[in-house]
Amino acid sequence: MAVLRTVDLTKKFGDFAALDGVNIEVGEGEVYGFIGPNGAGKSTTLRVLLGILKATDGRAEIFGKDSWKDAVEIHKRVAYVPGDINLWPNLTGGEVIDLFVKLRGGNNLDRREELIRKFDLDPTKKCRTYSKGNRQKVALIAAFSSDVDLYVLDEPTSGLDPLMERVFQEYVVEAKKQGKSILLSSHILSEVEKLCDKVAIIREGKIIETGTLKELRHLTGTILLVETKEPIVGLGELKGVSGIQQKDGALSFQVDTAEVDHVIRYISRFGVSRIESSPPTLEELFMRHYEGTAGAVESGAGGER
Amino acid sequence: MTRHLFDGTGTLIRFVLRRDRLRLPIWLVSFAAISAIVALAFVGLYQNAEERQAMAETMRNPAMTAMVGPGYGLDNYTVGAMTAHEMLLMTAGVVGLMNILLVIRHTRTDEEDGRIELVRSLPVGRLSNLSSTLLVMAGANIVLALLTAFSLVALGVESVDLQGSLVYGFALGAAGLVFAGVAAVCAQLSPNARNALGLSIAILLLAYMVRAIGDVTNETLSWLSPLGWILRSEAYVNNYWWPILLTFAGALLLMALALYLNSIRDLGSGFLPSRAGKAKAARSLLSPFGLVFRLQRTGFIAWSAGLLLIGASYGSVLGDLESFFEDIDLMQQMIVQSEGFSLTEQFIPVLMAVMAILGTIPVLMAVLKLKTEEKNDRLEHILSRSVSRNHVLGSYLAMAVLTGFVMLSLAALGLGLVGNAMMEEQLPLGMFYGSALAYLPAMFAMIGVAVLLLGWAPNLTGAVWLYLAFSFFVIYLGGLFQFPEWVGKLTPFGYVSEIPIEEMNYLNAAMLTVVAIILTAIGITGFNRRDIGR
Repeated sequence: MAVLRTVDLTKKFGDFAALDGVNIEVGEGEVYGFIGPNGAGKSTTLRVLLGILKATDGRAEIFGKDSWKDAVEIHKRVAYVPGDINLWPNLTGGEVIDLFVKLRGGNNLDRREELIRKFDLDPTKKCRTYSKGNRQKVALIAAFSSDVDLYVLDEPTSGLDPLMERVFQEYVVEAKKQGKSILLSSHILSEVEKLCDKVAIIREGKIIETGTLKELRHLTGTILLVETKEPIVGLGELKGVSGIQQKDGALSFQVDTAEVDHVIRYISRFGVSRIESSPPTLEELFMRHYEGTAGAVESGAGGER
Repeated sequence: MTRHLFDGTGTLIRFVLRRDRLRLPIWLVSFAAISAIVALAFVGLYQNAEERQAMAETMRNPAMTAMVGPGYGLDNYTVGAMTAHEMLLMTAGVVGLMNILLVIRHTRTDEEDGRIELVRSLPVGRLSNLSSTLLVMAGANIVLALLTAFSLVALGVESVDLQGSLVYGFALGAAGLVFAGVAAVCAQLSPNARNALGLSIAILLLAYMVRAIGDVTNETLSWLSPLGWILRSEAYVNNYWWPILLTFAGALLLMALALYLNSIRDLGSGFLPSRAGKAKAARSLLSPFGLVFRLQRTGFIAWSAGLLLIGASYGSVLGDLESFFEDIDLMQQMIVQSEGFSLTEQFIPVLMAVMAILGTIPVLMAVLKLKTEEKNDRLEHILSRSVSRNHVLGSYLAMAVLTGFVMLSLAALGLGLVGNAMMEEQLPLGMFYGSALAYLPAMFAMIGVAVLLLGWAPNLTGAVWLYLAFSFFVIYLGGLFQFPEWVGKLTPFGYVSEIPIEEMNYLNAAMLTVVAIILTAIGITGFNRRDIGR
């Protein structure tokens, strides 16, 4: 059963459609990556799922319940870390963590101390003195000290240093091992690649690609690095070949999955002396979706809504 | 090394002026206008020397000395002397506040928000930000002095001459500059902007208190307060310049100290230690209401003290009221005469109305804090946990009701206790309390309006402040301008029973409460339906 699901979710701010028929589904024990550029609708989707914004159309459900009507019930089992974290300047980090944990209903003191130590946070300082990273730590500590079934994390590591990013990843892996689900919005693609089972790419309020990383890669094709005795001619005209680059006397290019056989046959005529193949990285996948439509991307990056 | 400490000051001055191009003129023109209007009002209020002389007699009361400063020229209380004596201290206090707010805004707040760091990364001197701010404030206070002086002279009142007006204007300017200096020093000492602002305002209040005690008991004490200095200028009577020059010198010393402290301190640090807070939350914080109360605690305490003090200071004049009123036609106009009640008793509802409307300010602030929390994305933290919207809004409502109850209670207590101590004939304390609490349903109605706006038009919540200002205008000045009766009925405060001269009208009180509940309910429905966020 899906822990979290949206069906044709649409959210309009006046005439502007921030979300236009978004469908995502997070299963139990799954880490689901949600990627897309700024202003694509990631935060809006999460806010609708948390019952903070009301959907214009479509459905948003968590644990099979309506995320608007049953918000309070749902939130007992959900931990959320917002993207922009503003805290109360005159409360200390420790006070805010306690408040957050209490308002969800649980209280796990051992875990709180452990998390504070691991994330290296000084809980006696007032929130006004915290940097962005420290404010994120406060929200993450509150989230991970709560015993919940679903974590909704909106760009949780954008202010953390690499050391802390690793601590964060450890906790995500641990939660996953305990069978918990995580919806992770991010644009740190290496992190998504490392942690996520499934990925959805959103652009201008629409999901343009979704599936496991393997499926996405399969859809996209393979990166080949080839060195030949004779120079390859006419490669650019072949069907399914893109992104040709010269690299230290070798050629690197991407081949669509359906055309691999055909392309290998063609280049073998030129006397292959070295061939390496690798799956495309998430970054290459991501870029492929955006570079082709640079104009559209620019108009889509309409800032935070 | 030290040669370039002030580089770029000129450019930064233009930058400060650009950022304050509305704020500063509004402040300055307001001061000049208010001084002129009050002087003009005095001309109209007191038709002849006898009436002014009667006023002068009440000024010999120690309570008045504590409030506005020692009287001078009381034997020949001209309009000029009257204006300067009764207005200088209060106006100087507000001018001081303006200086504090502007200096902190351009120094510590900018520093805390990281803007000074950006500026300092440019080829700009280390002291340029502070020096440009202080130079702008110096200019602003001089303009304030001249503007006030010339707008007073322009009235063409006989006793308001050029020399006196200049003394009055520059006394204000000098007081302002001292507090610009105080704020500049506090901005260096404090570890953050909020602290700097709090410390500066505390010093302003302390200066007022020290002078009040000193003026009544021992004049040497008054010399410890800069507000005590400027009062010695005695504008329109003796026109002493030396207290003003002394104040200016004090301001320059403070500014030099601030510049020195700024030059030896790291960006973002202060000289006062910043205390470590609690690592764990107290139990009392751990609920939506606990959070709401904690966030407003300081303001709540400050307003409580304020209303108690205002009640007490009104109480202190109750004793002199009878003689006071007989001489003032205007006041008699404001209070409808009614048989069988002493003037004091008739005046109590007027005082209560003013204090109730004043006490409504923190009440509305308590409700509208929700809006601030929403705008700063902090409501999201609460609502994303298992807390319903009703629970959140309910917590703010509870805080508002509590605030209203406490404000009215303290105002009544201050007025009643001090009033009875000053009067020969005692009035029952319960009557004071009842007179104040009669305003509670009207406060509920104002809360209802605020919740309605929060639910359905969160961007228009400012309208409730206009409505409160309108209420004040209608209720306080209604009698004076002889408005028709229906105008008074446009505000909930117009339905409140004027105890003790009227019987308590429970029907009206119940109606106000019902209206309040309906408005609140509609507001809650809207709040439950709408998006949270900007």
